[in-house]
Amino acid sequence: MSKETKEREPLFSPKNIKLLTGPINVTNPITVQVLGICSALAVTAKLMPAIVMSISVLVVMAVSNVVISFLRNGVPPRIRIIVQLVVIATMVILVDQILKAFVYDVSKQLSVFVGLIITNCIIMGRLEAFAMSNKPWPAFLDGIGNALGYGVILIVVAFFRELLGSGTLLDMQVIPQGLYDFGYVNNGFMILPPMALITVGVIIWIQRYYTRELIEDN
Amino acid sequence: MYTNGYIFRYAAIMVIIAAAVLSTAAMFLKPFQEKNMAIEKMGGILISANIEGIETENTIEMFNQYVVEELVVDQDGKIVESFTEGKKETAKAFGLNLKTQLYKKSQGENFELPIYIIEKDGEKTYVFPLRGVGLWGPVWGNMALGSDFNTIKGVTFDHKGETPGLGAEISTSAFEEQFKGKKIFDENGNFKSIKVVKGGAQTLPANQQIHGVDAISGGTITSVGVNDMIDNVLQGYLPYIQKEK
Repeated sequence: MSKETKEREPLFSPKNIKLLTGPINVTNPITVQVLGICSALAVTAKLMPAIVMSISVLVVMAVSNVVISFLRNGVPPRIRIIVQLVVIATMVILVDQILKAFVYDVSKQLSVFVGLIITNCIIMGRLEAFAMSNKPWPAFLDGIGNALGYGVILIVVAFFRELLGSGTLLDMQVIPQGLYDFGYVNNGFMILPPMALITVGVIIWIQRYYTRELIEDN
Repeated sequence: MYTNGYIFRYAAIMVIIAAAVLSTAAMFLKPFQEKNMAIEKMGGILISANIEGIETENTIEMFNQYVVEELVVDQDGKIVESFTEGKKETAKAFGLNLKTQLYKKSQGENFELPIYIIEKDGEKTYVFPLRGVGLWGPVWGNMALGSDFNTIKGVTFDHKGETPGLGAEISTSAFEEQFKGKKIFDENGNFKSIKVVKGGAQTLPANQQIHGVDAISGGTITSVGVNDMIDNVLQGYLPYIQKEK
């Protein structure tokens, strides 16, 4: 080290905090970068699968970001994508096996979508764009941040879809029977994938309205 | 700076580590996963016989409570084993691999099939497990017959990976409910199975409608798979059913 005076960056320096909070709002993977939409449409009909999916993505993303960040100096550039895929795939299979062992019902509901975390573009994108060129700790925060940004949107979408589509939250009835007696009916359309897309669209609209950085000049 | 040798060594070591991690995890998690699958199997058997109030936590208990006898029957309808005492999930019938037995059947070899007898309110229900092929992979289920061995009390279906919204609809109650009250024999005692009819059961002649249910629009291959599964597996049970009727 040429400069002995150079202090170690604190663990939660403003720059690092930004890695964590940025993806939740201004660089949100779903609403701003529009990545990982397919799984967001598929698993948000009910709240429970959306939560489990978010946690699974969080684990896969944080761990693979850290692993790739540790490996970053030894990975031959020519096979770096393959290396990234092997790390992600290993993590996803592990998560899938653990879900099958401990929350079997949920893993049946998620069915193929757990396996499809492998192809979730957010994860590959963060590995390639961030973890390959940053130290493990920032990479870890970046992974957590992006997964949270993904998870928040998933959970918000699932909240409205389950509430309006089935009248339940986490499978518990929340819309009182009295309302049904007055002629209220669940909106079956909310359960279908197109409504997820529209809900995401509404979220993007609201987010753009309130977030100055995202408002384009013209 | 990265020679080919380095790249190959790197890839080889990485793959070996990944394989080691995964196989270790699979070994540790297997008992838990097998227990879940057994619970699911028990749940399916009970639900087809219209037993209510089944939760993941109480399935094993309920299974032991309602299943009074587990039979293993051979290709001639002879009872190979009758299991009544002890833990029901340890019976030979429960451990029988339907896939292997049905393969033997298709090869014309001797085979053995399980039957679960469920008693509720003094009424006996006979549950026959089913297994066949859908569009993308295996489909399976259970069919519960009343003690006349003719009227269907209920069915359950499940699948490995049929198309969501189309073939996958076979495991919804809307499809399964149709089977209730249908008959597998006609008045003369001829085996008719249950036809899964494209275009709807009402297109069948009036006296045949009791042997038919509606297929799923857009899920024709899965529907045909269910149709063939019921026919094929019940054929295997037929000698036993004819004897008992």
